Amino acid sequence: MSELIELTAAQAAAKIRGGDISAAELFEAYRARAAADGDDLNAFTWVADGTPAESTPDAPLAGVPLAVKDLFCTEGVPSQSGSKILEGYRPPYTATAVAKLAQAGTTLLGKTNQDEFAMGSSNENSAYGPVRNPWDRTRVPGGSSGGSAAAVAAGLAPWALGTDTGGSIRQPAALCGIVGLKPTYGAISRYGMIAFASSLDQAGPFTRDVTDAALLLRHMVGRDDRDSTSLAFPEEIATPQGVDLRGLKLGVPEELTGEGIESGVREAFNATLALAEQMGASVETCRLPHAPHALNAYYLIAPAEASANLARFDGVRYGLRVDVGADDLTSMYTQTREAGFGTEVKRRIMLGTYALSSGYYDAYYGRAQQVRTKVADDFRAAFERFDLLVTPTAPSVAFRLGEKIDDPLAMYLSDVCTVPMSLAGIPAISIPNGVSDGLPVGFQLCGPAFSENRLLSAAYVLEQALGFDGSTARA
Amino acid sequence: MIDRAQVLHVAKLARLALSEDEVERMSRELSAVLDHIEKISELKLDGVAPTSHVIDVVNALRPDEPRPSLPRDVALASAPEPLEQGFGVPSPGAS
Repeated sequence: MSELIELTAAQAAAKIRGGDISAAELFEAYRARAAADGDDLNAFTWVADGTPAESTPDAPLAGVPLAVKDLFCTEGVPSQSGSKILEGYRPPYTATAVAKLAQAGTTLLGKTNQDEFAMGSSNENSAYGPVRNPWDRTRVPGGSSGGSAAAVAAGLAPWALGTDTGGSIRQPAALCGIVGLKPTYGAISRYGMIAFASSLDQAGPFTRDVTDAALLLRHMVGRDDRDSTSLAFPEEIATPQGVDLRGLKLGVPEELTGEGIESGVREAFNATLALAEQMGASVETCRLPHAPHALNAYYLIAPAEASANLARFDGVRYGLRVDVGADDLTSMYTQTREAGFGTEVKRRIMLGTYALSSGYYDAYYGRAQQVRTKVADDFRAAFERFDLLVTPTAPSVAFRLGEKIDDPLAMYLSDVCTVPMSLAGIPAISIPNGVSDGLPVGFQLCGPAFSENRLLSAAYVLEQALGFDGSTARA
Repeated sequence: MIDRAQVLHVAKLARLALSEDEVERMSRELSAVLDHIEKISELKLDGVAPTSHVIDVVNALRPDEPRPSLPRDVALASAPEPLEQGFGVPSPGAS
């Protein structure tokens, strides 16, 4: 059974196709591990209780189990977005990304724990308890897709779906020693994703290696009539290949690689820059002058959008309702929301409502959207000189549970290297970049919109050269 | 700086019945976050267009034709108080 767990998703798919292993034994191997996790990592909020119906045998991903972040609606299966206000909610339809992967042959293994409504960088904001990091159970897995990251790192799932609004795929991937990709905004339909910040939310893969990330992405991209912001991907997502980085121009933005980056993370980053040069890439520093303001703009734009999106949770159509007895609609709304939302969600709703309120809109939300334009312009200018930009994924390794939970600002700074790409809508990937003090470090690469193939190829070459071994987390 | 009166005003707009402890905590925490965020006021942004969409997309339109949607009973199945034809709520009368 342990041999099954050691297969990457691409290898497992090939072995199922070749008849070497059965989809049922693979599913059961993972299902048993996921079910046995329980409160250990607390990575899952729901695990399938039996073997699913056989998928189409000639589907490209036939029989490969998939873990899915709780906030993707899955028909008849709990989809609670980590919130008490949606406790027990079983949606009547399935998110497009999940439906497309099911068509490609994946089977639903379970739903993964997350920060409530994807708001957080540590997965401590879940109404269903914190997730622990498989490398050190006293530490956080990152967030908001912490359950998906922990599940893949610990070998409780071959791969998983997450969402990234300001770093919620890349940062937990980095902290758990796996690969996480945030695609170009619009590359994957958001239909059926319980919304956090609609202009930023994007689904993406968590995988053990870059090849699996490309494979999962390939079957999710595309225009969907049910999401008018989704776009046709201009080319097929290729299987990443390459042996060197000759001719590749890498830019290193000064603003995201200096102050505030932990020394162990910086050392690992610099070592990989040297490796990239050895492999033929040119590496030069560059400037993203507005990047230092990206986090501030993000923490206005995302809460503003969240305050509007979360208005729908009011005890009327689904989820929790607090019975106020008397005929008092407003009290029903306010009591339901008070009881159903956790601390961080309330904080963001308050921040967003404030930023959108009369008299403050121009100074906060309007200005933040102007900063967003400048951040995107900076990237555009940089990509005239460079093929890709590289940074550390997160400023530190996994921090301790409880360390930042009472200091929102310190928590928000975890996203400092990932938020600029989110504001610009461009794709970015985090790959494992060794360990510092025994804990994984991430290396982030980003490129222009729809440059996923270039990004994945460069990430693949670096991954092969780095030879990171994540197997200790699966033990 | 966001004071107690502002917290209560915003909570009312956001339909949140914050507890007394939360009001105090929000005032303190949101003030700290806003102090940091307000650094964007130092930037010169005259004439910069606000972002409306990060990828160049012009209108995404479709024909305005009726299409099948969720059956009424399915859409009502998750509601705390389904009525025959819709969602039941307390009367707004008392407030």
